[in-house]
Amino acid sequence: MSPLSRREFVAAGVAAGAGLVVGFYLPHGRASNKVFSPNAYLRITQDNKITIVVARSEMGQGVRTALPMILAEELEADWKQIEIEQAGASTLYGDQTTGGSASVRTTWDPMRKAGAAAREMLISAAALTWGVSRSTCAAQQGNILHGASKRQLSYGELAAKASTLPIPTDVPLKQSKDYKIVGQRLARVDTPGKVKGEAVFGIDFRMPGMKYALLSRCPTIGGKMLSFDDEESKKISGVSYVGKISDTAVAVVADSVWGAMEGRRVLNVNWDDGPNKDLNTAAVMEALKQTAAKKGASLYSVGDVAKATGRRISAEYQLPFMAHAPMEPGNCTANYSGTACELWAPTQVPQDCRDSVAQAVGLDPDQVKVNVTLMGGGFGRRLEHDYAVEAALVSKAMAGPVKVIWTREDDMRFSTYRPASLHQLSAVLDGAGWPVAFTHRIIAPSISGQKGQPGPNGVDPDLPDEAAFVYGLPNVSLEYVLAETAVPLGWMRSVYALQAGFASESFIDELAAAAGKDPLEYRLHMLEKDQDIQYFTATWRTARMRGVLQLAAEKAGWKNPLPAGRFRGIACFGCFSSYVAEVVEISMENDVPRVHRVVAAVDCGQVVNPSIVEQQIPGGVVYALSNALRAKITIEKGRVVQGNFDDYAPLRMNEVPVVEVYAVPSAEAPTGIGEPSVPPLAPALCNAIYAATRKRIRALPILS
Amino acid sequence: MADITLRVNGSENKISVPAETPLLWVLRDTLELTGTKFGCGAGLCGACTVHVEGAAIRSCSTPVSQVAGKNITTIEGLGANGLHVLQQAWIAEEVPQCGYCQTGQIMTAAALLAKTPNPSDEQITQAMNGNLCRCGTYERIRKAIHRAAGAGAVATGGAR
Repeated sequence: MSPLSRREFVAAGVAAGAGLVVGFYLPHGRASNKVFSPNAYLRITQDNKITIVVARSEMGQGVRTALPMILAEELEADWKQIEIEQAGASTLYGDQTTGGSASVRTTWDPMRKAGAAAREMLISAAALTWGVSRSTCAAQQGNILHGASKRQLSYGELAAKASTLPIPTDVPLKQSKDYKIVGQRLARVDTPGKVKGEAVFGIDFRMPGMKYALLSRCPTIGGKMLSFDDEESKKISGVSYVGKISDTAVAVVADSVWGAMEGRRVLNVNWDDGPNKDLNTAAVMEALKQTAAKKGASLYSVGDVAKATGRRISAEYQLPFMAHAPMEPGNCTANYSGTACELWAPTQVPQDCRDSVAQAVGLDPDQVKVNVTLMGGGFGRRLEHDYAVEAALVSKAMAGPVKVIWTREDDMRFSTYRPASLHQLSAVLDGAGWPVAFTHRIIAPSISGQKGQPGPNGVDPDLPDEAAFVYGLPNVSLEYVLAETAVPLGWMRSVYALQAGFASESFIDELAAAAGKDPLEYRLHMLEKDQDIQYFTATWRTARMRGVLQLAAEKAGWKNPLPAGRFRGIACFGCFSSYVAEVVEISMENDVPRVHRVVAAVDCGQVVNPSIVEQQIPGGVVYALSNALRAKITIEKGRVVQGNFDDYAPLRMNEVPVVEVYAVPSAEAPTGIGEPSVPPLAPALCNAIYAATRKRIRALPILS
Repeated sequence: MADITLRVNGSENKISVPAETPLLWVLRDTLELTGTKFGCGAGLCGACTVHVEGAAIRSCSTPVSQVAGKNITTIEGLGANGLHVLQQAWIAEEVPQCGYCQTGQIMTAAALLAKTPNPSDEQITQAMNGNLCRCGTYERIRKAIHRAAGAGAVATGGAR
């Protein structure tokens, strides 16, 4: 599968837009064989093959299946006809960033419109062919039918004719009750290749003459390379090049990965440790405490928390730095030729790769071609594109194709980390113990701010998606206090929602306990009125949050007594426009929680493929359980301490609970599914631990 | 450099590499069998699992010289005639998300089933605990192993 090349589209005079693209497209060398391609997402050829282009990156979340399903639904295609093509960096699809649980929610409209426009044109083509009225023709399973005369033509047979017709701009979209593909448990298209070992991840791509590179990077945050001695490296069999590629890195290139590893092992680099050589985690957390004294920016305010009267309760929570640690370590292949640079990148940001590589090697963006490979997990790590720039620089320096590979230790120590954070919470309870005021101050460094793109008032631009408080209280204040840190920051699965959810949902459990009330009833009381909560541009509905809480509680048997030694906790959170509630059931074994069962209820609007939801929700739960129990990146002398899966230990099979998933039936537009199951897990677990031990856990990880 | 004969998936390959090169990199770089994955380089994650004389080993931590002349099986050679029963079960249970660790998971599971055709949950956990999955597919892996065990029993005429 070659990705659609931007140049092919441009040559065909296609008008490019952010969503639905109008225009015609004839691939090179096939002009005589007319292809019906009313937009950049779709091609129908005369041999009746339908190709749907996926302009988001597959990292396990199922986009190569889910996005084509949306288009195929409106097209009235036969799913068996569909072939999938992965788009590389392009100008045809708007922002191709894969993150923020946004792939389905942001392509839902363009994919539906692309399919519907094609369907309407195919109907017109058939009506013209037969000389009948459009209204007597219907699209069904890859054919247009004329019921009265029992005639039918396949989409392939109609492709040539359809490609001569004008593209409609306003097309009718189907109603959810008529869906035949959306909502079905269709098997993922990428599964067979992955179990056979044939799937090509970034690390598996190869090309003739390709070499392998490892980089020696300055181990101290913010340090620099002073000099290096490559005498020993060059003695290693197969090492062909050693050279500085930036102020902070030296590349070792060899004809095998092992050669590059050995070459790097014996490379002698003299580093200037720079300004952070005494930095450690304790100092970072202390700095957060100092910063807490500053006035923050308001994220959300209703009523006046200062004027509320009653019993005041307050607490502080804190979270550490964490690393994504996807199974496939960072890598990228680049081939720089002087006037062009082609990349094969496992990336969530192909367009960033293109633009930054162009700048780094001195080309124009349209001289850089980025092919997107499969990814062995992303979790946000591949929202960075350092690996792509490195690969391009090494390729330019050694003049040939090269694959840069990171080791696990490289991945752990040169990542961009989930920001450590501090949370100050307080509430006022009325005489009956119900909260009348709630305050949450989030003290954390800004990911985007550190990358030079701070939001208005220094509010990190992610917080609008990730820190809503979906309870209907009369007085609420959410505040963000911008902190600074030298530790590199990145977006990690659910981003700030993990921190915000852990703090607020644990604290609500504290309030319920202080009031002597059941934690489920306590939450339902705060949600009892149907109310829209406007948080930045999003509207959150108390009814939908109530719905997931009630569903999770019912399925978990919240009201039923547990066997001796078993305990439960509950939490809910809304982020990326979805609502999730989780009930966690545990026992305690030598002061260590053992999680037996997690019941998750989600309201993510229309479910596109239930099988994928049933993968993503448990996936998020297990990821979050790893985070909650053990994930902690620490800094000593300006260096990341952890290096591999022994000292940064994700969950293994022996610790994994049974996870049950229930989706609220909904015809609302689909919302995020990759991340929203992450935030409720840690507070639900810690609330269960409180139920078991009466000990409140206010700092993660639990087993630190 | 050492001249070594490697028997991989039934074929003999004469290679010349440093004797201490981990088997993983010979499989991936020299023999172009990229279904075996690099995850940690330290025997901690299991993504690089292959069989040597039927036993599951970590190819990232096994010098190639140690396995010269031995029968090595990788994911590419697991299903000699079409898909192995575990690969079929992996598809039926829709196990993979990102899929990166799954070839190693399947190789570990295949070694388990070869010795223990109908493993208990405890035996599955014990066998599979060295294989990490960051997508959290563990419970589906367990189900797929049970499914394959059942299918295998039927295929060989034994009732489950």
